[in-house]
Amino acid sequence: MLDINNLTAKIGDKEILRGVNLTVPDGEIHAIMGPNGAGKSTLSYVLSGREGYEVTGGSATYNGQDLLAMEPEQRAAAGVFLAFQYPVELPGVGNANFIRTALNSIRRARGEAELDAVAFLKLARAAIKNLSMPDDMLKRNVNVGFSGGEKKRNEVLQMALLNPGLAILDETDSGLDIDALKIVADGVNALRSPTFSALVITHYQRLLDHIVPDYVHVLAAGRIVRSGGPELALELEAHGYAGLEAA
Amino acid sequence: MTALPTRKLEAWRYTELKSLAAISFAEPKPAKISAPLPDLGLPRIVFVNGSFNAALSNAPDFVGPFAKVLDDSALPLVQINAANAQDGITIDIPAGIDAGAIMLISYANAAEPIAFHPRHRIVLGTNATLTIIEVALGQGVYWHNPVTDITLQEGATLGHYRLQDESAEAFHLATIRADIAEKAAYESFSLVVGGKLSRAEFHTNLNGPNASTHLNAAQLLRGRQHADFTSVVGHKAPNCASRQTVKSVLFDHARGVFQGRIEVAQIAQKTDGYQMNQALLLSPHAEIDIKPELEIFADDVKCSHGATIGALDPEQIFYLRSRGIPEDQARAMLIRAFLTEALEPVTHEAARTFLEDAIETWWARK
Amino acid sequence: MAAVTETLETVDALAAQKYKYGFETNIAMDEFPKGLNENIVKLISAKKNEPEWLLAWRLKAYALWRSMEEPDWARIKHPPIDYENLYYYAAPSGPEPKSLDEVDPELIKMYDKLGIPLNERAALAGVDSPNVAVDAVFDSVSVATTFRETLSKAGVIFCPISEAVREHPDLVKEYLGSVVSIGDNYFSALNSAVFSDGSFVYIPKGVRCPMELSTYFRINARNTGQFERTLIIAAEGASVSYLEGCTAPMRDENQLHAAVVELVALDDAKIKYSTVQNWYPGDAEGKGGIYNFVTKRGNCKGKNSKISWTQVETGSAITWKYPSCILKGDNSVGEFYSVALTHNYQQADTGTKMIHIGKNTTSTIISKGISAGHSNNTYRGLVKILPGASGARNFTQCDSLLIGDQCGAHTVPYIESRNMSAKVEHEATTSKIAEDQLFYCRSRGLSEEDAVGLIVNGFCKDVLKELPMEFAVEAQKLLAVSLEGSVG
Repeated sequence: MLDINNLTAKIGDKEILRGVNLTVPDGEIHAIMGPNGAGKSTLSYVLSGREGYEVTGGSATYNGQDLLAMEPEQRAAAGVFLAFQYPVELPGVGNANFIRTALNSIRRARGEAELDAVAFLKLARAAIKNLSMPDDMLKRNVNVGFSGGEKKRNEVLQMALLNPGLAILDETDSGLDIDALKIVADGVNALRSPTFSALVITHYQRLLDHIVPDYVHVLAAGRIVRSGGPELALELEAHGYAGLEAA
Repeated sequence: MTALPTRKLEAWRYTELKSLAAISFAEPKPAKISAPLPDLGLPRIVFVNGSFNAALSNAPDFVGPFAKVLDDSALPLVQINAANAQDGITIDIPAGIDAGAIMLISYANAAEPIAFHPRHRIVLGTNATLTIIEVALGQGVYWHNPVTDITLQEGATLGHYRLQDESAEAFHLATIRADIAEKAAYESFSLVVGGKLSRAEFHTNLNGPNASTHLNAAQLLRGRQHADFTSVVGHKAPNCASRQTVKSVLFDHARGVFQGRIEVAQIAQKTDGYQMNQALLLSPHAEIDIKPELEIFADDVKCSHGATIGALDPEQIFYLRSRGIPEDQARAMLIRAFLTEALEPVTHEAARTFLEDAIETWWARK
Repeated sequence: MAAVTETLETVDALAAQKYKYGFETNIAMDEFPKGLNENIVKLISAKKNEPEWLLAWRLKAYALWRSMEEPDWARIKHPPIDYENLYYYAAPSGPEPKSLDEVDPELIKMYDKLGIPLNERAALAGVDSPNVAVDAVFDSVSVATTFRETLSKAGVIFCPISEAVREHPDLVKEYLGSVVSIGDNYFSALNSAVFSDGSFVYIPKGVRCPMELSTYFRINARNTGQFERTLIIAAEGASVSYLEGCTAPMRDENQLHAAVVELVALDDAKIKYSTVQNWYPGDAEGKGGIYNFVTKRGNCKGKNSKISWTQVETGSAITWKYPSCILKGDNSVGEFYSVALTHNYQQADTGTKMIHIGKNTTSTIISKGISAGHSNNTYRGLVKILPGASGARNFTQCDSLLIGDQCGAHTVPYIESRNMSAKVEHEATTSKIAEDQLFYCRSRGLSEEDAVGLIVNGFCKDVLKELPMEFAVEAQKLLAVSLEGSVG
C-alpha cells in the first residue's frame, strides 16, 4: 500500500507540491489527472527519488517503508517502478543486458538467486511474446533510435519483467497512437492482481478507457483537489480543468 | 643522444617530458618474472627488459630476429630509438598467407631505472593477414620506447590490438608507423590503463586506393597518470577511409590528451575521414586536452571530427537506478557502454575478451 | 607627401573591376618619414598632444615589440615584412576638422562612393539608409564622426580615440590595454606603440545605445600601415551594437593593417560587434592586397554579460585574426559567428578563443570557411575551461566548403577542459558543393555561378542571420562577388 501524507516538495525555490494526501491500497489502480504544471511529474519523480527535488515536508511510505529515505535502486528493489514520460537513451548498453542487470540487482537485494543469461532470455522472450513486441527489442541499445511508441513499449516490457508491486506511469500515453496505447494498457492490465497497485498519471481521459481506474484524483497547484470514481475522468474530459485550480 | 622533445614543439604541447629527463637510466639487465604473463594459447613472443627471451617464447617461423635499420626520421623519439635499439622482431608474412594471431609481450622488472628501445618491423605480403595482440607490463621505474614499422602490401590486413598496462612508475612512449597499400587495412585499438606517463604516436599513410585504417583507443586513467594519443593519418590516394574513435575516462588528477591530424592530399579524392574524441571527466581535478586537426587539399571529400567532454549523464544514472541497479554498478555499465564504440575494430574474439577483461580488472582495481 | 596621380578615368576603370572599392583618393597628405624608431613613436604622440603616461606606454610597447619575433604558427606564408619600409603615420594635411562642415569635400565624396554617408541629413533622409552613426577612419586618423549630438543626449560617448584620450582620460587610462595587454603578441605590441586613431565608445550604466554605431576604415596612402585601436566599454546593464567595415585601394604592393580592438562588458552589459572585412584581397595572381593582422578580444568582466562577435571576412591577401572572449563574470556568454571566404591566392587563418573562467559561462562558435581558387583557409580556435568554471558550456560547429581542387581547408581546434561539470561539444565537417545541388538549381534556370552563390549563402546562413539586417544584405552580395570566376 502506498501512503502519501501531506507531502510538500520544491524545485529550487519553487514550491511544486503543496501538501499531497493519497492512499493507494494493494490491488487498486488510481489515476492522477490535472492540468499542465499541476505537479504530476514532480510527484512521480519525488516518489522514485530523482535528484533535484527537495522534499520539504510530509511522508510517503510503501508497505510501511519510508520511500523518501531510500536510494532510487532501493525503491526499485522494494517494488516501485516508474514508467518514464521520456525514457532515457543509453548508447552502447544492450537492452537485454540492461534488464537482466536490473532484475538481478533487485533479486540480489531481496536475497533471491540471480538468473543466468539463458534463464533470463527465456523469461524475456516469453514476456515479449505476451506483449506482441518484436524480438529485436532485446538486442537493440536501450531506447537508442526507438520511436516514441517503441520507447513506451520498452518501459512496459521492463515493467513486466521486473514485476513491481507499485507502478507509477508518468504520462505514458503522451505521444502514443491508439495501437501503442492498447499495448501499454494491456501490459498494465496483465499485471493486475491483489498484490499490484498502480498510479496512472495522465493529462487525458483516453488512457483510462483502456486502464480503468478504481479512483480518479485531480491534482491542481500541488494539491489533490478532487477525488472520485472513473466517472470523474469523463466529467473532466467534458468540462476541462478550469475552475479547479482555485479550489 | 638526441634531446627529448619539449613542449615548445607543437606536437608536444600537451605532454611534458621533464620528469623523464630528470631520471638517469642504467643499461637493462636480465630479470626474473614475478608476475604471470598473459597466455591466450596463442604463439607468444616475450621480451624481458627489452631483450628477446627464447625460453618464454614459442615464436612461429615467420618471426625473425632484430635487424638494425637506418632511420632518417625527424621524430625525436624515433631518433633516440634508432640510436639505442638493441633488440626487436621482424615479421614477414608471405603473400596470401593467413598467419593467425600471435601475442607480443614486453615485460619489465626494473630494480633500478632502466631504458629500452625495441624496434619491430612487420611486413605483410599481398592479401596476407595477421593479428597481433601486444601487451606491455612490468614493475619499477623504466622507460619503454618502442618503434614499430608496419608495411601492408596490397589487400593485406593487420589487426593490431595493444594493451598498455605498464607499471605505475613507468614511461611508455610508443611510435607506430604504418604504410598501407591498395585495399589493405590496418585495424588497431589501444587500451591504456598503465604507466605514469605514456604516449602512443601513430603515423599512418594510406598509399593506395581503397586502403583503410582504424586507429582507436581507450584511455582509462587514475591518480596522476598522463596518457597522450597522437596520430597523423595521411590520405595519399583516392577512396581511402580512416576512422579514429578515442575515448578517455579520467579519474582523480589524471590527464588525457588526444591530438589527431587527418591530412588529405590533392590526389586523395573521395576520402572518408572521421575522428571522434570523447572524454568523461569523473573528478574535479581531471583534465582533457583535445586537438583534432583536418588538413584538406582535395575537394571531393567527406571529413569530419567531433568531440564531447563532460561527466556521466545524471539522467542515465537515475534511469538505471530507478530500475534497481546500484549507483556504482550503474556507473560501471555506462562507462563500459561509453567504451564500446572504440573496441569496434577488435574482431578477433580472444583478443576482444582479453581486452574486455582488462577493462573489468581496471575497474575492480579502484 | 603622397603624390596620388591617377586620373578620374583610371579610378572609374578600377572601380568597374570586381573589387569595386579599389580606387584611390587624391588628397593632400601629411606623412612621417618611413621606418620605425623611438622618434616616430614620439612624433605620433606629439602630433596627438598626448599626455605623458600614454607616451610612456607607447615607448614601453615599442621596446617590447623590438624584443619580440613575428609569430610563425599560423598557416600563412608571406615574404618578410620590411617594417622599416613602411609609413607609420599618414593623415590628410591641415588642421583637424572641428565639425563635418570642415571635412575635405574630397573625403566626403570618397565615403559617399563607398556608400558610407557622412552627411547626417542625407543619411536621415535616405529611405533605405540605415540609421547608423559612423566614425570614418582614413589611413591614420579619424576624419569624421556623425550623430555625435544625438548620441551624447543619451549619454553615449562615441568619438575618435585620440579625442577620448584628451576628453575622457580616466576611462581610457583604466581600460586601454586591459583586455589586450601591450605584450600580448607581436602585432598588439606594434599597434600599442604606433596606433594613431580608431574609435572609442562608452555606453553608460543602464543605457541601450539608441542607434547602431559603426567605424569605417579606409586605407588610402601608399606603403602605409594602418594601426587603429578601438575600445568599447559597456557599463552595467548597457548594450550596444557596433559595425565595422573596411576597404582599401588596389595596389601591387602589400599593405599592413594591424589593429587592436578591446571590448569590456560589465555586469549585465551586452556588446555585439559585427565586421564585414573587405580589404583589397590582391589580384587573381596573388599580387598585392592587405595583410590583416588583427587582435580582437572582449572581456565579459561582469556577471550576466555578453559579447558577440560576428565576422564576414572576404577581403585581405592574408587574414590573421581571432576575435576572442574572456568569460570572467558568472553566467557570461561569448559568441563567435564567422564566415571566411578565400579565393585566388588569399590566405585566412582565423578563429576564436573562448576562455571560461566564471561559473555557468556559455560559449557558441559557428565557423564557416569557404575555399576557392588557390587559396588556403584555416579555422584555428581554442576552448578552454578553467577549474573554476563549473557548469560551463561550449558548442562549436566548424564547417568547411571547398570549391575546386587547388585550394585547402584546414581545421585546428584546441579543446582543454579542467572542470568535470563543464560540457563541451565540438563538430567539424568538410564537404564540397554537391553535384546534385548544383544540378537542381541549374535545372530551375540558375546560372552555375548564381547556383554556387545561392548554395554558399545557404551554407553561411547561420552566421549571416546574426548580422544586422543592412549588413547581412551587403555581406550576401559580397560573398557572391568574391566567388566570381571560381566555377566553370
